[in-house]
Amino acid sequence: MALKAKARAEADRLMTAFREAGAMAVEADILQPAEVLLDLYGEDIRGRAYVTSDPLHGEMMLRPDFTVPVVQMHMADGAEPARYCYMGEVFRKQEHLSERKSEYFQVGYEVFDRENPALADAEVFALFAGLLAPLNLRAATGDIGILMAAVRGLKTLESRKAALLRHIWRPLRFTQLLDRFGGRAPVPETRARLLAALRAGESLTAAPQIGLRSEAEINARLSALRDDASAPAIAAEEVARLNDLLNLSAKSPAALAHLRDVARDMPAIAAATDRMEARLEALSAKGVDVDALDFEASHGRTTLEYYDGFVFSFHGPDPDLPPVASGGRYDALTEVLGQGRSIPAVGGVVRPGLVADLAEGAPC
Amino acid sequence: MLKLGVPSKGRLMEQTFDWFGARGITLRKAGSDREYSGAVEGADGLELVLLSAGEIPRELAAGRIHLGVTGSDLVRDKLADWDRQVAELVPMGFGHADLVVAVPACWPDVDMLDDLDAAASAFRRAHGFRLRIATKYHRLVRNFLTANGVADYQLVDSQGATEGTVKNLTAEAIADITSSGETLRANHLKILADGLIHQSQATLYASRYADWGNGARPALDGLAKRLGFDPNAL
Repeated sequence: MALKAKARAEADRLMTAFREAGAMAVEADILQPAEVLLDLYGEDIRGRAYVTSDPLHGEMMLRPDFTVPVVQMHMADGAEPARYCYMGEVFRKQEHLSERKSEYFQVGYEVFDRENPALADAEVFALFAGLLAPLNLRAATGDIGILMAAVRGLKTLESRKAALLRHIWRPLRFTQLLDRFGGRAPVPETRARLLAALRAGESLTAAPQIGLRSEAEINARLSALRDDASAPAIAAEEVARLNDLLNLSAKSPAALAHLRDVARDMPAIAAATDRMEARLEALSAKGVDVDALDFEASHGRTTLEYYDGFVFSFHGPDPDLPPVASGGRYDALTEVLGQGRSIPAVGGVVRPGLVADLAEGAPC
Repeated sequence: MLKLGVPSKGRLMEQTFDWFGARGITLRKAGSDREYSGAVEGADGLELVLLSAGEIPRELAAGRIHLGVTGSDLVRDKLADWDRQVAELVPMGFGHADLVVAVPACWPDVDMLDDLDAAASAFRRAHGFRLRIATKYHRLVRNFLTANGVADYQLVDSQGATEGTVKNLTAEAIADITSSGETLRANHLKILADGLIHQSQATLYASRYADWGNGARPALDGLAKRLGFDPNAL
């Protein structure tokens, strides 16, 4: 990757462009309280962020991203609508020996706007696409909102839908659950024994009650397991439609046409598909060649789990390197961090170090 | 000189000495029983370094010792990309212990990892924080739970008496090593059916970052046949 000075110069150039696009430059502390980040991202972030301890403030993390502090700042006292930009180092531990940096610049652009989400999505993507155009990157897009709508529309228990929604970002586990709920995977031996004991009214354990998880919590889950066992499996054609949706990968217009087709049997995704259509129109109006734009329904499923709508990334030729830029819509995150308030939000980050590397080889 | 790091006390040291002894190499503590320096007979160019078993992975990764004996659990937990930093030469057949995930025996609804995941989700909603799993094997446990799609948990550090943390309300579940399962049962815990993270045993490792010049490499090759490892593993 480029030397730090080159990355910083590139970051300055991008910041200037983001300011010209109407964003207000903001700063974020490098030392962030670990608690908020851990609560949001879970144990994975502890494996990826540098954790240190402060004698007065407890566990702190070297900023693993800007999104959380920027959203917190906006939710605390931001005016609406708002556009922010920022630049600075972020820190990510690398668990594997590779060329990937553990300290690098990010430059970001975030839009908080209630009026027209499709327009805001298009604004962010088109801005990034324009700035990165000389590098001839491959852009990929997706929409987590369509997947969530499809899961919510399944004709099955709410508890099953909640379990699937929770694991949208863990594709392997999602598939296991779908196989289980669809009756395609056998009931595990331990579960079968438990259900038989429940049906027979046998005592389930002689062990003393220890720990914080109460008997009432245990009984609630036992009752949920009983309900689950007596509920019919998700119909095979519903599972097939969902899998077909997850595997959808096409140029945007063809993907949209396919989704329209799927929505006839899966009306739950109709509204999300409308939003995708509106977004494509807005992108087109901003000069993005949507006919050539890749759409992958599962795009963004392996990132940190806060995107819940449009997602995008820009990739260089080396598949071993992280994306040059990425972003998406994170409406639910603002609710989590907003203590009762929320606002639709979309944004993204560029890695100026990677831009500088590619620009050296690219004719400008 | 070929530097060999060996645990400096306890059964692991004795069994390591026995293992080398059975292969014609006598390792012993030099001087008094309390002195941490070693002597070697029966192998030229081999120097014994007595170290805490927990520090041997780090010393191997730093290349300060060429060879080291320690538990495979410690190497996998303490070293990122462990197999690119050290080479596994011989599993030594002692020091067996399983690293497992265990939950209270009074949880009849949790027998597998996916039960634990579901319980963790409900626990977080009910208590406002993530279900706590006490362990000292942070990397191994986190990677295992991530690979198995368990979410909504947090690891809390426990360097000893981990089996007591649930009763003491400092954790809801644990991940720890066990050989017979006796301590787990005595503390009213049960092992998840698919909760085996790693089967550990004492293992002879070679450092990929040590200086293998100055006769160290031929000394290693000379040991290969006697100790039963493939010198090309390094």
